[in-house]
Order: sequence, then C-alpha cells, then structure tokens
Amino acid sequence: MNRLDKLFAHKQKDILNIYFTAGYPAVEDTGKIIQALEKAGADLIELGMPYSDPLADGPTIQQSGQKALKNGMTLPLLFDQVQAVREKTDIPLVLMGYFNQVMQYGEQRFLDKCVAVGIDGLILPDLPLYEYEQYYQEMVEKAGLGISFLITPQTTEERIKKVDELSRGFIYMVANSSITGAKGGITDKQLAYFERVNRLPLKNPRLIGFGISDHETFVTACRYANGAIIGSAFIRALAEGKEVEKATEDFVRSIRGVGVSA
Amino acid sequence: MIAINEKGYYGEFGGAYIPEMLHPNIEELRQQYVQVMEEPAFQREFRHLLKDYVGRPSPLYLAERLSGHYKATIYLKREDLNHTGAHKINNTIGQILMARRLGKTRIIAETGAGQHGVATATVCALMGIQCIVYMGAVDIKRQAPNVSRMRMLGAEVRPATSGSQTLKDATNEAIRDWINNPVDTHYIIGSVVGPHPYPDMVARFQSVISEEMKWQLEEQTGRENPDAIVACVGGGSNAAGAYYHYLNEKEVRLIAVEAAGHGIHSGESAATSVLGTKGIIHGSRTLLMQTPDGQITEPYSLSAGLDYPGIGPLHAHLIASGRAEAISITDDEALASAFFLSRKEGIIPALETAHAFAALDKMEYSPEDVIVVCLSGRGDKDLDTYIQHFDRF
Ligand SMILES: Cc1ncc(COP(=O)(O)O)c(C=O)c1O
Repeated sequence: MNRLDKLFAHKQKDILNIYFTAGYPAVEDTGKIIQALEKAGADLIELGMPYSDPLADGPTIQQSGQKALKNGMTLPLLFDQVQAVREKTDIPLVLMGYFNQVMQYGEQRFLDKCVAVGIDGLILPDLPLYEYEQYYQEMVEKAGLGISFLITPQTTEERIKKVDELSRGFIYMVANSSITGAKGGITDKQLAYFERVNRLPLKNPRLIGFGISDHETFVTACRYANGAIIGSAFIRALAEGKEVEKATEDFVRSIRGVGVSA
Repeated sequence: MIAINEKGYYGEFGGAYIPEMLHPNIEELRQQYVQVMEEPAFQREFRHLLKDYVGRPSPLYLAERLSGHYKATIYLKREDLNHTGAHKINNTIGQILMARRLGKTRIIAETGAGQHGVATATVCALMGIQCIVYMGAVDIKRQAPNVSRMRMLGAEVRPATSGSQTLKDATNEAIRDWINNPVDTHYIIGSVVGPHPYPDMVARFQSVISEEMKWQLEEQTGRENPDAIVACVGGGSNAAGAYYHYLNEKEVRLIAVEAAGHGIHSGESAATSVLGTKGIIHGSRTLLMQTPDGQITEPYSLSAGLDYPGIGPLHAHLIASGRAEAISITDDEALASAFFLSRKEGIIPALETAHAFAALDKMEYSPEDVIVVCLSGRGDKDLDTYIQHFDRF
C-alpha cells in the first residue's frame, strides 16, 4: 500500500499537508525541512519543484522558486535529496510542479524515478484532465503513484465527478478561484461551496488549499474537508531567517494551535 | 491539409495546458468562438469596424524601388496604415466583440512592444469597457510612447516585475489576473499563442490580411498566389494572418522571420525555431527556449515584440513539418533594414517588421518571383531606439 493510501486509511480528519519549495531557503534545506515537518506533526508534504514560470502561483511561491533555482536546485538534485531523506522518514511525499518539467525529464522516466526514490503522489496543476486520460493515466496508475486534480468553486458537478474518477489519493479543493498566497478569511460563499462538494458521493478524500494560512482558517477548512494544505504562509515563515528546524516546528504548532515552545 | 483539430492541436502542437481555475473561461470560449464568429450579426459588426474604424482594406503596395534593388517583384501588405499603426487591432476588434457577446465587463491584456496594448486600450475605449494592460518593466522603458498612448486611452498599465520583465512575464501576470478574476474578465491575448482556442481564434481574426491579399494580388498581377510570403514572428499573429488563406496552397512559400538578437548562438537571442525544443509555454504545447531541466529561458531581442521564448503552435507545426521556412535576423541586421526601407520607400517600419525586410537579403528567389512582405507596423514607437543608432546607418 502506498504511503498516501495508508495515511488516509487510518486518518480522515485534520490532515495537515504542508507545501514548500525544494531547495528553499537553502539548497540543502529540503531534507531538513521534510524531517522537521514529520517530527512536528504534519501528515503529508507537498514538495514543490521550483519552476521559472509558475502560472498558478502568487508572489511568495514565485519568489521561493526563483531563489531555489538561483541556489542551483534542479529536478535530478531534488530526486537525490528525496532518496537520501527517504531512509529516515516515512511521511507521504507528493511532488507539485508544472507539466513542462515532467515532459523535459521524460514522462515515463519521471514516473520511474518518483517510484524509485519514494515519492507517493503528484500534483501537476497544468496537466488537463483530457490529456491525462488520453496519454498518461495508464502510466501513472501502473507506477502506483497517487495523483490529485484540482476543483474550484466554478467546477461543475459533472466535472467534479470526472476529477474524482481520475484522482488517486486525494482531491485538491481550491478554496477560492485565485493564485496561491491569497490572504483573508473564509467567506460564506466558500462555505456553501465546501458544503455543496461534501454532499456529492465522492470516493476520494478532499484537502482544501489556497488561502489557508493560520490556525483559524485551518480549523475551518478541516470542518468541511478531511484536511487542508498550507503553502505560502509556511514559505513566509521560512523566509524570516530562523533556523529552518525551529521555524518549521513553531509553524506547525501554531497551525495545530498547541502554542509555540520557547 | 493544415487544420486545427477539435482539441486544439495542429499536429502534435497546441492544446490547453491550463490550471483548473481557468477551465470554465477557456471552455466557454472553446464552445462558443466559432459559432459566435460565424453569426451574420457578428460578422457585420466586425467588418464594419474593420472598414470604417481601422481603415481596411489595407493597401497592397508594389514597392518599385525595393523591387529594383532586390530584382524581384515585391509587394508590401500595409498593416502599418491601420488605425493604431499595426496589425494588432484586427484581433482586438474581433476579441472585444467576442467579450461583449460573452457578457464580460473587464478586459486584461499583455503587451511587449505596446502595439497590442494600444490596440486593446483603443477598442476598450471604443466600447466603454475597463482595460488593464500588463507590460514588462523593461518594455515600459523601451516603448515609452506606447505606454503614454495606452494611458491617454484610459487604460491602466501594470508593470510585470518578475523574470526578465518582458513579454513572457507580462503574459504570466495577465494569466494570473485571469485566474483571480474568473467571472467578469476576458483576456485579450495579443498573438496566436496561449491555450486553445486562442491560437485559432486570433489566427481567424488576423486572416483578413491574407483574405485581402488574394483579391488584391489578383487585381494587380492577375493571379491570387504570390511565390512567397514573408512575415516576422514574435508569437506569430501577423504571420498567421498573412499565411492563413495560403496554408494549403503548397506552391506559396511561407517565410517566418525570427529575432536572433545578438546572434543565434550568442546566448542573447529569441530564435525559437532554432534554439527551441518541444514543451509547454503559456498553456500551449509548442517549441520554446528552455534549459534541459525544463526552465523557460529568458530570450533577448532589441525588438520588444519579438522578445518571446516561444512561438504559436501553428508556427511550430508549420516549421516542424517543413511547410514554413524560418530565417533569423540579428538586431543589427534589423536596424540596417529599418534605415534602408525608410530611405528606399519612405516608410519607417516597426523594429519587429524590420526583421521581415532583412530576410530579403537572406532568402533565395528568382527574378520572376512575386514576394509579399507583411509590413506589420509602423516605426514611430521605435524612434528612440533608431535615434541611438543614427551614427551607424
Ligand atoms: C509591428 C509588430 N509586428 C510584429 C509583432 C510581433 O507579433 P506577432 O508575431 O504576433 O505578429 C509585434 C508585436 O508587438 C508588432 O508590434
């Protein structure tokens, strides 16, 4: 059983998925942050493959990607880092990036490498359902990797069902039609959307992302889904310059609402 | 047959590689664009504005002094004489009418040279619709007159400060704006790039260029087909328009002229057909300049309108299949050609367009050949750049 399936088999509530960009703030931080996140009690990690043109990302994640690339981060290096840290951690790892990166690595070679180093799932926001079904579904399923497609408040019911059919692991529920890094609370309109999706008979668990940034928004999201995804807020916490292990521990504690250690 | 399929592919190029947040907008457009464009009422309004507002048909001018110099018959398709000074307005007129049909109340656009930004600001003023134009911070500096024109027309110009701060980055910012404003906004893309159906929709709006060329050539030469059509390619919209009705006329050579910047292998270039590999840029599977790791490369050209690391999927297909020939022109060759055309024919071309003219020095042809060069725009916006080179030419 893949680590993602194992996670969702034993835990259905309050799942905390933290995103960060590989190679940020420093190139050698990837493994350290993964271990610190596991230790601090994150359930799942979404590891960003830094990209020159991240269309769905706001300034915070854009800048972290640019910094990581400047630090010398590459996809082969990322795979090496994951392989090294995999010996020391069992937390599910999902790779997030843009489809061009996968194409250039070679689709089949990419999937094989993911399996070999211990990646559990993929999020490729610009890989459309049609192309996935047509060309890649079989490959991904054969590799035994999870894959999460996105739904937004504008996604029709029919399409949500399609997303559910194609996703393996969890569905990524975008809280608001926006790029990443949006701030502000959760509106009644968004709650209505969460409830609407909850009433649908879906096979996959749902994690809510985009605009989840603190304890309060995390708790609200968890009330309406199996858990939530936090990215930009964590990147901002890492950017403050504290030692990454400490910054990670404090951040996860603040999200879980258990108070920050001295 | 060169044609786009229902999913937006020309051969292996095209498609719509977009985040789910854009799906409703793109899907709405995909389902409706052909139908809307074919409505008689739409066509009436589009044709009326092209004629009385833009000033079409644009002349097909026999350039006798240029013909004498090159020893061939050279016609210029005068898109520089359109309102706002370039071909870009053919597309923005079409898209603003489309946006109105779709009930959109807010327009966004990207621009490189500022010509598309001006053409968008113009049609938004004409229709009384809010207009926001994203422009790379570097381009805001090098195309200052067009920035002022956009502002005078009531548009808001927002600098794109990421990456190389040029056209690619302005396009990223416009797409992000669209993700954030999915309901009321229409994105008027300025070239035959982006996710399906944009490349096809823009090509159809620009196809008026070759539609006119056919009857104008017939009138002036007795035959509809030239031997070659030469156009510069940034994203490729003026080229797509000039090729459109000749795509399946195999005896007509299609010459695509790219910007080589300081030289193809100088590291500062935008010659995508030579330096590019297959990948995805701005939602389209096409040829683009990138590292082996799939990071999109910052291109370079003195010409802001050609300073783009990709080309539209139609052109990727035309070049990959051998239907079109690509020629690359350096900054210096383009500058020399701009001065040459000015003095030979009394026409100051846009710096983008000057690349197309420079290709006349590099292509092969015989004295009986009829060659049409798409004169995509006039050079007023580039005067500052030209002035800096007065001592050299
Ligand atoms: C006069 C002129 N020609 C050509 C271009 C390049 O665009 P395209 O390749 O879409 O025609 C531009 C772009 O700004 C332009 O202003």
